[in-house]
Amino acid sequence: MSVIIPPPQRRKPLPTFQASAKEALADTQLRRNLYKATHTIRAKRAQVVGEMPDWQELREAGRALKERVLRHLDTYLLQLEEAVQRAGGQVHWARDAQEANAIVTQIVTEHEAREVIKVKSLTTDEIHLNQALATHGISAVETDLAELIIQLAGESSSHILVPAIHKNRSEIRELFLRTLEVDNLTDNPRELANAARLHLRRKFLSTPVAISGANFAVAETGTVCVVESEGNGRMCVTLPRVLISVMGIEKVIPAWQDLEVFLQLLPRSSTGERMNPYTSLWTGVREGDGPQEFHLVLLDNGRTRVLADTVGRQTLNCIRCSACLNICPVYERVGGHAYNSVYPGPIGAILTPQLLGVENASSLPYASSLCGACYEVCPVKINIPEVLLYLRGRVVDYKQHHNALLNRVNPESVAMKLMARTFASRQLYEQAQKMAQLGQLPFRHGGVIDTLPGPLGRWTAMRDLSPVPRQSFRDWWRARQTTREGMNEATHQPSAETGKEGQL
Amino acid sequence: MLIGATQRWPFKKKEKVAMNVSLFITCFNDTLFPQAGRATVELLERLGQTVDFPEEQTCCGQMHYNTGYQREALPLIRRFVQIFRGAEIVVAPSASCVGMVRDAYPRAAAEAGDEKLAAEVAALVPRVYELTEFLVQRLGLEDVGAYFPHRVTYHPTCHSLRVLHVGDAPLRLLRAVRGIDLVELPAAEECCGFGGTFALKNADTSMAMLSDKLRNILDTRAEVCAASDNSCLMHIGGALHRQRAGVRTLHIAEILASTEGRSFV
Amino acid sequence: MSAASTAREEMLRRIRAALSDVPTGEQPEEVVVARDYRHSEAVNHEEVVERFAERVAEYKVDVQRVEEAALAQAVAATCASHSVRRLVIPVDIPEFWLLPDVEPLRDENTLTYEQLDTSDGVLTGCALGIAQTGTIILDGGRHQGRRVITLLPDYHLCVVYEDQIVNLVPEAIARLDDAVHHYRRPVTFISGPSATSDIELNRVEGVHGPRTLNVLVVRRASRSHP
Repeated sequence: MSVIIPPPQRRKPLPTFQASAKEALADTQLRRNLYKATHTIRAKRAQVVGEMPDWQELREAGRALKERVLRHLDTYLLQLEEAVQRAGGQVHWARDAQEANAIVTQIVTEHEAREVIKVKSLTTDEIHLNQALATHGISAVETDLAELIIQLAGESSSHILVPAIHKNRSEIRELFLRTLEVDNLTDNPRELANAARLHLRRKFLSTPVAISGANFAVAETGTVCVVESEGNGRMCVTLPRVLISVMGIEKVIPAWQDLEVFLQLLPRSSTGERMNPYTSLWTGVREGDGPQEFHLVLLDNGRTRVLADTVGRQTLNCIRCSACLNICPVYERVGGHAYNSVYPGPIGAILTPQLLGVENASSLPYASSLCGACYEVCPVKINIPEVLLYLRGRVVDYKQHHNALLNRVNPESVAMKLMARTFASRQLYEQAQKMAQLGQLPFRHGGVIDTLPGPLGRWTAMRDLSPVPRQSFRDWWRARQTTREGMNEATHQPSAETGKEGQL
Repeated sequence: MLIGATQRWPFKKKEKVAMNVSLFITCFNDTLFPQAGRATVELLERLGQTVDFPEEQTCCGQMHYNTGYQREALPLIRRFVQIFRGAEIVVAPSASCVGMVRDAYPRAAAEAGDEKLAAEVAALVPRVYELTEFLVQRLGLEDVGAYFPHRVTYHPTCHSLRVLHVGDAPLRLLRAVRGIDLVELPAAEECCGFGGTFALKNADTSMAMLSDKLRNILDTRAEVCAASDNSCLMHIGGALHRQRAGVRTLHIAEILASTEGRSFV
Repeated sequence: MSAASTAREEMLRRIRAALSDVPTGEQPEEVVVARDYRHSEAVNHEEVVERFAERVAEYKVDVQRVEEAALAQAVAATCASHSVRRLVIPVDIPEFWLLPDVEPLRDENTLTYEQLDTSDGVLTGCALGIAQTGTIILDGGRHQGRRVITLLPDYHLCVVYEDQIVNLVPEAIARLDDAVHHYRRPVTFISGPSATSDIELNRVEGVHGPRTLNVLVVRRASRSHP
């Protein structure tokens, strides 16, 4: 199998989550923006999901439909291709980012366009499409307000749904004054939106080629679906002569009927609305209405590797709603940039290591306290904690096999192996308990442990630790047993020790 | 309002249920928080249960399994299953360790391709309970005869909420405690940031999460913060102590075991 | 083999290799999908219509309920109150929807983007309405015209007949089956005017689509042409 599905590309590993998180945690403006945004959206989601007595049934149907599609992905992609072609569209297959970018660039160049308009698409971010087009002298204009903000600021997205969540209104006002042709502007959100509207309308009316992603593509009918709020999606998929949609292969769904499930799950999970403002569904090309040329680019770029992994495969259920980001206590505090990848948050922590290879994103599976809130809100029931644990195993495996020598001196690995041996034997375990009772003495001050050596110092840097009691539970139990054997049971006394030890 | 806080179990009539309970103390309770174990034993015996302690037990393997050392965890899993194989009922004062047995053991057996182990795990899992589940679900009790005249707030740990789905069992037990001043914890279902080795590997993020949990606890003006997991309490209590906040942490067993004659504070 | 067909063949090969755990001969339909969610509700149609009107209005849309005989009046009055004189209409709009005061710009796929952009507004019917979500659905069918006419003008007045309103999303998807399957018509779901929540998550109405949406919910006179 590994011969047919290529292994991950060799690349520079991502910066560690720990390092990026530390920086993000210190950014008070970011913390404030994230707190407000995540709590607002959580409340909205809870409200509209609470209205639905059949929410759990919808989730189960969503999960099952994804399972059906993924287990028969080749069949459904072929069906999709045929349906799109029958409807006058063209289908291209791209094995990786470079291939996808080449296909798109070729189409744009054939139409002699120097500028294209874009609808927000994580998939195009993933393949760095804008940069690829730029090297051919083609500029890609982002038309989502947040993406426009990000593009003008020269930054990268920090949330899959609200990419500029890390910016507040006055930062945006300053940015627009600097980059758009406006003279004065307050930081009133309505005015800011209007400035963006005017700037982009000119583009919408004159650009011949548009690029979008796709939320869903229906295999049965060849219908492609884009879900949005602002109307720029409608502009891009309706006005230009040529439309190119780049889509991950996992986005295909079996039949038209299946939209009844996903169009209920997605809006309530993402923006916390009963329905998002605009959803566009088109099938191929229609004379006199919309683009006269339609290209669908089917992208692999590592997805077949995820598909091949029977535990990891469920990651491809994702419909990019961002409910997991919004509920995650880690994401809420560190934001998206700390994950150093196109896909942040809980889904990013499992998708990115699988797409890039665990060795290149080895800190991401650990960027979680395993609280499980993400699994509870995932509309397609991706068991994110399960996949995180599985990927942690793959990271450890990798370190043990590819870095065997280095791993032998890795303190964590050494400690874990030692503890495993200790736990495997009662005698060793009880000895270790005794050692802890003695060994704590240098670290104990004023009845509490307030320093610890090495990596354990990270605990005591910010917390105290209750001291190791002189008598372990089993010591107490044995003493009690001995006492009872020597006395009448009815007269046994509880231990003389009261609550001096134990929790602080 | 706790997620999943619904009346989950049909209430048994108040007939006395007497069982042979094998105590699964957990490695860190054994070593660091024996009080919780003592309280569990005293409480169960007061309620007419017969408690034994299989001394061969050490650790369920959760730390290894959750940190990615699943291979190293497997012998510990086998060992645990072996030790408790003959138990009538297994009770642990730890939602996370019971969660490990219920949730991860079947998976680990499947990953190892070991059908025999999988069968043994399947036979064991229905007999393993976290303490509050055992009291409310198996013994059908809410009032365990406790007396604890202190202001208490309860933190529902992630394992108890989302893996075991204990619902509001712990709160019902606490409400029935005589003399208690039970106050609701704001944003109770948010993670405290412990997450096992997460507290060390991602210490900064862990602390950031803890800082909000602490704020919510302090806002209740409670004297005691209780939970079903000493692991989370170690993290919360460690910071409360460092800050000299004047709030202590107690395992719920210690509250439920307290009577007029015997307090765990 | 061209590069294109090589990529296609290779991707299919990869997918098949990835799915080696799926038993050969397993049919997609064998993967059970329990559709236990609601497909309909026992609720009378008047409640459905009311719910539709309420939920559309929640998106800050002006909604009026009118009898069919008063439709033209309502159209004219609404246009007047928004200073809409030059009104884009699909060619098949019934004459009885319009009073003389309105200057109709009939679109036979003839209006330019500039003309649409500088018009005062557009009037259309719709394919369906969904009460549960306050959604209007256009499918390019009768009384709707091509997509661009409801996109460029800043004002959209939409006529929704009561019998076009269904309760739940699955009902709407089912009703659209023909339009999509056989006629391959493009479909647009509209739930409120354009909006963004990108600036500090404040929902701000009106970015690119029509910033003003008005809806007339019409009770059909008995014995009229639908």
